[in-house]
Amino acid sequence: MARAVTTQHKTIATAAAWIVALLIFFPILYTIITAFKSEQEAIQGFSLIPSGTIESFREVQAQSGYFHFFLNSVILSVGSTILALIVAIPAAWSMAFSPTKRTKDILMWMLSTKMMPAVAVLFPIYLIFRDTGLLDSRFGLMIMLMLINLPIVVWMLYTYFREIPGEILEAARMDGASLWGEIWYVLTPIAVPGIASTMLLNIILAWNEAFWTIRLTTTEAAPLTAFISSFSSPQGLFWAKLSAASTLAIAPILIMGWFSQKQLVRGLTFGAVK
Amino acid sequence: MKLRTLVLGLCSASALAFAAHAETITIATVNNGDMVRMQKLTDDFTAKNPDIQLEWVTLEENVLRERVTTDIATKGGQYDVMTIGTYEVPIWAKQQWLLPLDNLGADYDAADIIPAIAGGLTADGKLYAAPFYGESSFVMYRKDLMEKAGLTMPDAPTWEFIGDAARKMTDRAADINGVCLRGKAGWGENMAFLTAMSNSFGARWFDENWKPQFDQPEWKQTLDTYVTLMKDAGPSGASSNGFNENLALFQQGKCGMWIDATVAASFVSNPKDSTVADKVGYALAPDNGLGKRGNWLWAWSLAIPAGTQKAEAAQKFVSWATSKAYLDLVASKEGWANVPPGTRTSLYANPEYQKAAPFAKMTLDSINAADPTKPTIKPVPYTGVQFVAIPEFQGLGTTVGQLFSAALAGQMSVDDALKQAQDAATATMTEGGYIQ
Amino acid sequence: MATRQTSNLARFMLAPSVILLFIWMIVPLAFTLWFSFQQYNPLNPIRDGFIGFSNYLLFFNNPAFAASIINTLLIVVSVLLITIIGGILLALLLDQPMWGQGMVRILVISPFFVMPPVAALVWKNMIMHPGYGVFADIARFFGAQPVDWFAQYPLFSIILIVAWQWLPFATLILLTSLQSLDGEQKEAAEMDGAGFFSRFIYLTLPHLSRAITVVVLIQTIFLLAVYAEILVTTNGGPGYASTNLPFLVYQKALLEFKIGQASAGGIIAVILANIVAFFAMRAVGKNLDK
Repeated sequence: MARAVTTQHKTIATAAAWIVALLIFFPILYTIITAFKSEQEAIQGFSLIPSGTIESFREVQAQSGYFHFFLNSVILSVGSTILALIVAIPAAWSMAFSPTKRTKDILMWMLSTKMMPAVAVLFPIYLIFRDTGLLDSRFGLMIMLMLINLPIVVWMLYTYFREIPGEILEAARMDGASLWGEIWYVLTPIAVPGIASTMLLNIILAWNEAFWTIRLTTTEAAPLTAFISSFSSPQGLFWAKLSAASTLAIAPILIMGWFSQKQLVRGLTFGAVK
Repeated sequence: MKLRTLVLGLCSASALAFAAHAETITIATVNNGDMVRMQKLTDDFTAKNPDIQLEWVTLEENVLRERVTTDIATKGGQYDVMTIGTYEVPIWAKQQWLLPLDNLGADYDAADIIPAIAGGLTADGKLYAAPFYGESSFVMYRKDLMEKAGLTMPDAPTWEFIGDAARKMTDRAADINGVCLRGKAGWGENMAFLTAMSNSFGARWFDENWKPQFDQPEWKQTLDTYVTLMKDAGPSGASSNGFNENLALFQQGKCGMWIDATVAASFVSNPKDSTVADKVGYALAPDNGLGKRGNWLWAWSLAIPAGTQKAEAAQKFVSWATSKAYLDLVASKEGWANVPPGTRTSLYANPEYQKAAPFAKMTLDSINAADPTKPTIKPVPYTGVQFVAIPEFQGLGTTVGQLFSAALAGQMSVDDALKQAQDAATATMTEGGYIQ
Repeated sequence: MATRQTSNLARFMLAPSVILLFIWMIVPLAFTLWFSFQQYNPLNPIRDGFIGFSNYLLFFNNPAFAASIINTLLIVVSVLLITIIGGILLALLLDQPMWGQGMVRILVISPFFVMPPVAALVWKNMIMHPGYGVFADIARFFGAQPVDWFAQYPLFSIILIVAWQWLPFATLILLTSLQSLDGEQKEAAEMDGAGFFSRFIYLTLPHLSRAITVVVLIQTIFLLAVYAEILVTTNGGPGYASTNLPFLVYQKALLEFKIGQASAGGIIAVILANIVAFFAMRAVGKNLDK
């Protein structure tokens, strides 16, 4: 009897969850479908079955070689994430294990640096980048993206580190571990899930950053956000081509997100669980 | 890999370092069909100039404008060739941000450039940008629907005729709208159309003392005509329609008439994309019997920023892309119908082009009917047909465009929109020091 | 435990982050402050110079200013409400036993991976377009007139797009928190005969309060800066109906190239953000200290 109720309950939950999930996913799904339509098909009304042509992908590729932009997106998002982790891990460690009265204020202040609207500082930043020769350089943009996401990274790591019981460290210290040893051999392994999920979140944020990556690049360092900008509203029919370009731009991060979903979720709590 | 990236980034002059071997010029361009086609034909240029490499930055119009303007204003030096419009050229030339194009080669034949277009790109007698393609605006209409409505489109219609025909052609049940016009806010979107239209009503943006004129009856008449016409015979959601949206509507057979850029003709008459390709007729933009027509003049042009280190290579490229030989190249590869229009007189004398492009004559007549130095009936202190060539116009035009778009969407009355436009224009002109 | 050595080391390890962020804050801020008192239009360099508070006055007197403040707050509050209420409901649903839970979760979090301009382009052209969008197709299927979303309900349309982007984030955080709810507690409550709603109100909701605070804090930071979605879809219009503060600053800076006014707008935005943040962070601070 109880079992029957459970099955019924499960069936209803499954149906409801799938309907909601498909609704939420629908815009992405429809974009992918449209990418495999011809331009004519794309504007001929609702249809979930494309003719399967890859003409749009071919045209998109011919107009702007995808690989160069893709590579830049990878380099920029991964590079800026590594830089951010190098700077943020010690900071988060220090705040989590040697908290002072001001720790919370420092954290909040860090977050507040994200409040300046990017566009208001474009001109000064552009001038600085011009004078330091960093315009259209991957390195300059990596620094930029690192600074933008650093507050979130520090905060996320801090909340994760804080959950690690202090006794473990004391035990390590008893064993005569140095402070650096403490961090790298004791703390880091425990913190790996948190670091991994911070890393994933930061890669996603950096990959999707679309203000600075367009304004500070020309060709050399231009990532997929710039790639998309060449398809957004040209003259003539563009629905299928736009869909193909969009699919190409989001596919890598979407697939990465799907595969690392579990890791991402594990640390994505900002200390909110307990 | 990573190390290399770092090193490359750090030694910022990397672009210059590479240039020692083969010069690489960076070209910023808009993502329109003709420019994309040019990108594909790059091989022809590099074959003729093996020491020059081309790097393309293709961007959507708004982003392109934002990027090149930021770069040239701060002398960022990111581009060697920029695609800009007739709006920017006079302003930038005056700031001495552009190099005069005085070395385009012996066989370039600058005299062949259509005078109305060349006029918009010349300052102090020097050419500051070479036109890649030029356009005016005209009426495209469905011959079959016109016939069904029992009307004949004259070559040079009046607004009265257009209004009458649009209402007669409208058939809501069959999803046919009498007329499709731009409604999307933007100085290059609805304001291009409305400013050109207002010229034929005798309106002007400013009087000789830069006093805004939105409080004058001519503007009210323009906007009233536009809003009621669109209400009676326009498509739903017109206030977010720009060139592309209207193009798609027309190609799907949902518009009786469409007044827009002459370059649209090659799209609507192309059977591959258009369901009405064989039913399209063309006519000059309408007038009101006052001696001015409501058509604009625009040319996407290639210019060289004054800061470039590679002026010579850049000029070679500009010369190649805007030459007669380039037109022949496109014709041989993709047919005469795909040649970038509106730049050279000789193209319009070419019988092959006339055959491939039935809209050729009407395009040339439209271009010639526009006069950027005397855009409307009353005298004005500015140049530009559908724009005012002052730096403040981009912002002001867009603000006014938003107000007029709101009037079209029915969120604001015509009178309120005009009043707010007048206030915004007065504020901008006072701030800019035009009005003392 | 905090020996002198460790606290020195701690300070030393904190320093790079603090110094970097301090530079990153102070340099642009200083430039912006300086520009906000200048008449600086790179397209019209003849009229440069110090002009006192004129930029601020011009920005305040701009008819779009009041609308932009209201719209900014409307976007933040509406998106927060939608994502938190929607996120809790979704989290409750996803917490149920079901078939294909992993796949469902993947589908639900996907929008979070889509870059904002792509999200906006997709919604604008594929979903909400009055001619070719799916919504229009549905409307026509039922014989109704398609709605022109961006003209008739511009702010609502933008809120919808932004909420779609942030719903996965809220759901994920809330779901993780929900799953950490002690099973025994839940069962005990069930035994006591507590119905679903009373369990939700007295047990689940208090447990979720910290997760909700985190969602509010993180999202507020990003939502105050929404601008790409507006640029791609409505361009702030019709009229000023969907202009928010970042977009207004964008218009001043990159359309009109009035850098002085844009900088004044930037300073105003920082002040506004800090006022909002002050309240948000007080609440968060309290909640996080528990």
